[in-house]
Amino acid sequence: MSAVLSVKDLTVRFSTPEGEVKAVSNVTLEVNKGECLGIVGESGSGKSQLFIAIMGLLADNGTVEGSAKFGDTELLNIPAKQLNKIRGERMAMIFQDPMTCLTPHIKISRQLTEVLVKHKGMSETDARQRALEILDLVRIPEAAKRMDLYPHEFSGGMRQRVMIAMGLLCEPELLIADEPSTALDVTVQAQILDILNDLKNDLGTAIVMITHDLGVVAGICDRVAVMYAGEFAETGSVQNIFYDPQHPYTKGLLRSMPRLDQLTDENLYTIPGQPPNLQRLPEGCKFQERCVYALDECLVDDPALTSIGEGRQKACHRKGFDSQGELIT
Amino acid sequence: MSETILSIKDLKVYFPMTADGGGLFPKKVDLKAVDGVSFDLKDGETLGIVGESGCGKSTLGRAILQLIKPTAGNVVWLGDDLAALKKREMREKRKDLQIIFQDPLASLNPRMTIGDIIAEPLRSFFPSMSKLERKEKVEAMMANVGLLPQMINRYPHEFSGGQCQRIGVARAMILEPKLIICDEPVSALDVSIQAQIVNLLKELQAKYNLSLIFISHDLSVVRHISHRVLVLYLGNVMEIADRNDIYDNPRHPYTQALISAAPIPDPDLEKSKTRMLIEGDLPSPMAPPSGCVFRTRCPKAAEICAGEKPPLESNGNGTHKVACYFAD
Repeated sequence: MSAVLSVKDLTVRFSTPEGEVKAVSNVTLEVNKGECLGIVGESGSGKSQLFIAIMGLLADNGTVEGSAKFGDTELLNIPAKQLNKIRGERMAMIFQDPMTCLTPHIKISRQLTEVLVKHKGMSETDARQRALEILDLVRIPEAAKRMDLYPHEFSGGMRQRVMIAMGLLCEPELLIADEPSTALDVTVQAQILDILNDLKNDLGTAIVMITHDLGVVAGICDRVAVMYAGEFAETGSVQNIFYDPQHPYTKGLLRSMPRLDQLTDENLYTIPGQPPNLQRLPEGCKFQERCVYALDECLVDDPALTSIGEGRQKACHRKGFDSQGELIT
Repeated sequence: MSETILSIKDLKVYFPMTADGGGLFPKKVDLKAVDGVSFDLKDGETLGIVGESGCGKSTLGRAILQLIKPTAGNVVWLGDDLAALKKREMREKRKDLQIIFQDPLASLNPRMTIGDIIAEPLRSFFPSMSKLERKEKVEAMMANVGLLPQMINRYPHEFSGGQCQRIGVARAMILEPKLIICDEPVSALDVSIQAQIVNLLKELQAKYNLSLIFISHDLSVVRHISHRVLVLYLGNVMEIADRNDIYDNPRHPYTQALISAAPIPDPDLEKSKTRMLIEGDLPSPMAPPSGCVFRTRCPKAAEICAGEKPPLESNGNGTHKVACYFAD
């Protein structure tokens, strides 16, 4: 398998009136063809900023260091003109809120054909035909009739499907989906995830799924990276992460999710404390204040992300957990 | 859990709207947000109300509290019909009826300290209470909901989302009400914080014998906190039952679709399960389908479904009621 995207030591910083904030620190990852990588984390964990930086969409006060290669092309800090040849055509991003990402006063048809005319040099008629095919693919009913409507005339689920269609127009090799189904109802979410699964299996599109919903990750991802306070806490196959989590944060997240298929009358497990404030991160391990297994060394020494076999990595001083989920001492 | 304290009978909330088109004399139509909902709530019980966006679940919650005037129907609270009460009489009842909102920060006044926010209900209902007594009550309630009493003089923006929701809970609890309507109280919170708030609500319920109406689109959270669950679709009750009945043996096609669509954090289960996909989107509540409102998306729909609306009925077991001609 060849890596579609390989990121090395990527760091994102923002300068704010209160000082510098490190939103992402030293992240290294690879995404392969036909694979779905899940990026899981709470709000403020840096999961979105990581890919916004890779797409070259950082806000003005943000800077990025490190390397992100698309195939053999370095993406970071290259001129927008060069980036635009890849962005939109070979890699695309879909965002959480479909209403704010579509231009309200331009018809859907024009918003879709624009990409094709620009990137592929298609004629307006060909582009229209292709746009129609894609709208059918994402299951917009009566697409031919609906094409010439404005975004506000679509429902939330349909708008999100239009966003996905837009991302798919040029058949990108990499699709970055930032919480694509969070704003949608469960029945519509199921439809969208179905479409993404088909893409991965039929066209071999590499997908990055950024989400906080572990249920969504379980359904679609092959590998998972768990982010906390701008760093990867643990990475591994979806089976490893869900059935044998080795980082206390991953374990806590999984245990604190109420499950539809299980009933306990006991209280839900909770991770104590609040999500981290990036401006006031603790010394040592970023998770130590909320970690029930913290050691003395965790308070001073930030654990590095190290390989623990089976293609897995974790950033924790503890030895991990055994097959019963008990701490190994 | 014994006596019925709240009884909703055929509650309807219609919003008058102007239809598109029609030129100089546009047609007036009603948006039927809640269309004939009935249920009972017992003392100390939690009723979960689930449904997708636009199904009328928030409107229903607000109509119970008379924050929106119901168009028709009764809201009987401990023997009194709230919909028929005068404003002043209703105000007295509000001591027992409180609400928690979805957006924790937006529901707190940014210019008030959290101490003032939590004390506000005391100030309006017990104006003669001394300042000292009020402060003591506020501090005790803050400790109850897991806030440090020394934070009393801080402002909402200094708190994280989860803490803001605790402030909202403290404000609702300060009068020691009998019923709290929780309108998506954990939807805006991170996973690790959701569990904290759910546990807090359960603790307070046990301590104060509270009744809760828990409105949410998240079926997993609802299963965890509710005793009974009501499924709403386009302003109509599709199914109502004890939580285990509804999750283990859903009888309405819509409930079945909802449950099969909700993702479970378990890769093997999730990748092998067959989803029951329902096509399309919610119809407009301004022009709901005739008969059963779900029939346009229902895999079982037949001719009969377009006629009379199917009644909400139980088969034998009195607590599990379904509104469907083809219920399993």
